[in-house]
Amino acid sequence: MTKRDDTWRVELRAQMKAKERTNLHRVEMPELDSEYRSHIRNEEVNLGLTPQMAIQEAHRCLDCANPTCMDGCPVNINIPGFIKNIERGEFLEAAKVLKETSALPAVCGRVCPQERQCEAQCIHVKMNKESVAIGHLERFAADYERESGQISVPETAPANGMKVAVVGSGPAGLSFAGDMAKLGYEVHVFEALHEIGGVLKYGIPEFRLPNHIVDVEIDNLRQMGVRFMNNCIIGKTIAIHELEQDGFQGIFVASGAGLPRFMNIKGENLVGVMSSNEYLTRVNLMDAANPDSDTPVYKGKKVAVIGGGNTAMDSVRTARRLGAEKAIIVYRRSEEEMPARREEVIHAKSEGIDFMTLHNPIEYIGNESGRVTHMVLQVMQLGEPDESGRRSPVEVPGKTVTVEVDEVIVSVGVSPNPLLAQSTPELQTSKRGTLVVNEDTLQSVSMPVIFAGGDIVRGGATVILAMGDGRRAAKAMDEWIKSKLK
Amino acid sequence: MNKIISKENFSANVVKFVVEAPLIAKARRAGHFVMVRVGEKGERIPLTIADADVERGTITLVIQRTGVSSTKICALEAGDYITDMVGPLGKATHIENFGTVVCACGGVGTAPMMPIVAALKKAGNRVITVLAARTKDLIILEEQMRENSDEVIIMTDDGSYGNKGLVTNGVESVIQREKVDLCVTIGPAIMMKFVSELTRKYNVPTVASLNTIMVDGTGMCGACRVTIGGKTRFVCVDGPEFDAHQVDFDEMLMRLGGYREQEKEEMERKVLHKK
Ligand SMILES: Cc1cc2nc3c(=O)[nH]c(=O)nc-3n(C[C@H](O)[C@H](O)[C@H](O)COP(=O)(O)OP(=O)(O)OC[C@H]3O[C@@H](n4cnc5c(N)ncnc54)[C@H](O)[C@@H]3O)c2cc1C
Ligand SMILES: Cc1cc2nc3c(=O)[nH]c(=O)nc-3n(C[C@H](O)[C@H](O)[C@H](O)COP(=O)(O)OP(=O)(O)OC[C@H]3O[C@@H](n4cnc5c(N)ncnc54)[C@H](O)[C@@H]3O)c2cc1C
Ligand code: SF4
Ligand code: SF4
Ligand code: FES
Repeated sequence: MTKRDDTWRVELRAQMKAKERTNLHRVEMPELDSEYRSHIRNEEVNLGLTPQMAIQEAHRCLDCANPTCMDGCPVNINIPGFIKNIERGEFLEAAKVLKETSALPAVCGRVCPQERQCEAQCIHVKMNKESVAIGHLERFAADYERESGQISVPETAPANGMKVAVVGSGPAGLSFAGDMAKLGYEVHVFEALHEIGGVLKYGIPEFRLPNHIVDVEIDNLRQMGVRFMNNCIIGKTIAIHELEQDGFQGIFVASGAGLPRFMNIKGENLVGVMSSNEYLTRVNLMDAANPDSDTPVYKGKKVAVIGGGNTAMDSVRTARRLGAEKAIIVYRRSEEEMPARREEVIHAKSEGIDFMTLHNPIEYIGNESGRVTHMVLQVMQLGEPDESGRRSPVEVPGKTVTVEVDEVIVSVGVSPNPLLAQSTPELQTSKRGTLVVNEDTLQSVSMPVIFAGGDIVRGGATVILAMGDGRRAAKAMDEWIKSKLK
Repeated sequence: MNKIISKENFSANVVKFVVEAPLIAKARRAGHFVMVRVGEKGERIPLTIADADVERGTITLVIQRTGVSSTKICALEAGDYITDMVGPLGKATHIENFGTVVCACGGVGTAPMMPIVAALKKAGNRVITVLAARTKDLIILEEQMRENSDEVIIMTDDGSYGNKGLVTNGVESVIQREKVDLCVTIGPAIMMKFVSELTRKYNVPTVASLNTIMVDGTGMCGACRVTIGGKTRFVCVDGPEFDAHQVDFDEMLMRLGGYREQEKEEMERKVLHKK
């Protein structure tokens, strides 16, 4: 593990004055032309940094004695440690530093809301400069390692003869599986869908996170001995107690928040109104926009997406790529309050997406065959801050607008997937349907054999938090199993 | 991958498969369904588990050709594999001894009705099955229904077989003749709508098994949503069976037609003009 007082780091720091470092400009991530990409579904928008660009950006990092950036990272990645390795050209070393903490750096480098996490806490920001591009650098190091063909399969301890089960193959499940395999456990991952990867596969589109990047991680886990069983729903195909009877010592539930929420307004069940989950599942999981695919998808010409999160941005940008002439984000607060990653909002705008902020749908209107043709939007204004700390949207009395649409994608959040809890009544859940676990160990408060993390515990959260939960749960479950056997 | 153990043609458009699926066979109850996908570009479609053999580790599917996906499955032979199959899904049918039960089915609903008829009979009910189709050639599974029913009433629109008339005429004749404790109906939405309107008139409690469009079948997408008693519900996890008198059939009919043009186009492109 690299330390700040390692000789090479001391020397590297001395090579350039702090002032010079802070005066360097932040690199721009090269990206596909916005007009071109708004018609191309499967090409990644961000092209990645070149080694020269990465080294140059790495120079901007001051290798702070008190790296505040790390406080902003939910899993405390050794940020200066990996960046300084990039600066000295040791890219594989940089990747190694990342992997000490993160199971999926190529993924997090792409999808973390950096501007609110690590980069928000970078010292540059306090000096009114642009933060070090930590996310871009993380992606660079991880991609470099993968493309070098020298990706290292982590060593695994000798088999300890015990097996554990994982419910769900999203980021929480995958990172848990990796850690437990390293500890010598026989790990079985059960996935309800026919594809492994959770939201990384069925939700986040190719133009933001190519599937092959996720597949490499899954292959790595396979090489470490992790077994994947797709098409298997725990609670339906196999019950929790059957897993226990089969000799599984512990069960990590990482079943995500897959239940789409609707707004329960008039006309929401019209043809052409659907959840972002349905839309993205059709396009991403079922490849419905490909003429060879048997699954149909609407290719609306005037598409409205309701919501301001990452899912909404992914949906609206997908709609644009499938040929929408008009693709609109309808969001009830202002742009400032949007939960989506900043980069996605910027990308969406440059791809020609319209933003109707401070508008909220109150009704959909359809034609005789039940297809949506219009939406009625209530005009909103910002009021006092609410519990979330964001200024709350309030209706402007009597002010509405009616907009023509032929497809509406509702993206107003998700709830925990209820399948497992429904079939396992002993499992304690909160009013919101999340599993109730001990905050430190992530062990279920009602069924000790169960640990849980990711969106099933947090509601809709982020990849990095899910991944961090997987790692924490692995550590805690390992300790619990060992203490049980003593 | 699930291996097809045997295939039997019930009629020109209806095929019965016995498929290897030991875990599903063990977990399933009458009324459950599976999601099935054939080929890497295949669509996920719901199919009722018609029967299961826990010891042999197999389940039975009865499939009627309607469009691209069902045609692809029906084209498979014994020894072939179904690419993906997941289940059992949905809530199991509530089976008890209700007394006299009329099971009204037709078209796409006949296959999924079979296991329900068998389970109701086994629970001691007097089961009267009303089997309806446009014409004689489209009557399927008659023999299998007879084995599990006290009486089978056949209705054809053109009178070419059984009685002339609609499924509702058959159901009404039973209700007028004897006390009916429950009606179960599965078929095209329009058929279930009329059965439901009829039984409402006679105050006969009625269960409809809704066959909406589905994508995942696990509660993840909401494609299958219907309005039940004014509330939105997901057929794949809250159903597929609901109190028919609470179902908004007009909305369901509208939603079922949602992809009709694309389906027709696919059918023409991939099945009819292929050969
Ligand atoms: C479109 C979209 C875009 C997003 N963009 C971002 C982003 O840019 N940045 C970010 O940080 N986060 C983003 N998120 C959120 C992030 O993806 C999630 O927080 C994260 O994936 C949660 O991980 P998880 O492992 O808890 O669950 P998931 O990734 O949801 O995986 C759960 C898996 O469990 C399976 N499963 C469920 N029930 C069962 C069962 N009973 N048996 C077996 N398997 C089961 C599901 O099929 C699924 O594959 C996005 C989410 C969506 C939907
Ligand atoms: C819970 C459930 C259980 C089912 N069980 C069975 C079963 O055991 N055996 C069986 O043969 N079928 C069953 N179905 C129906 C079956 O899923 C559909 O026939 C199939 O999805 C059609 O796909 P396709 O691509 O072949 O046809 P498509 O191209 O999708 O459709 C062809 C034509 O059939 C109509 N259609 C499509 N789906 C339905 C439907 N669900 N109900 C009525 N009309 C429809 C379409 O509007 C279109 O006109 C079930 C459906 C559900 C929801
Ligand atoms: S994991 Fe996310 S928050 Fe942590 S350093 Fe990487 S990009 Fe920043
Ligand atoms: S706070 Fe910024 S400059 Fe300091 S170590 Fe972290 S990334 Fe480098
Ligand atoms: S089929 Fe997707 S929620 Fe029911």
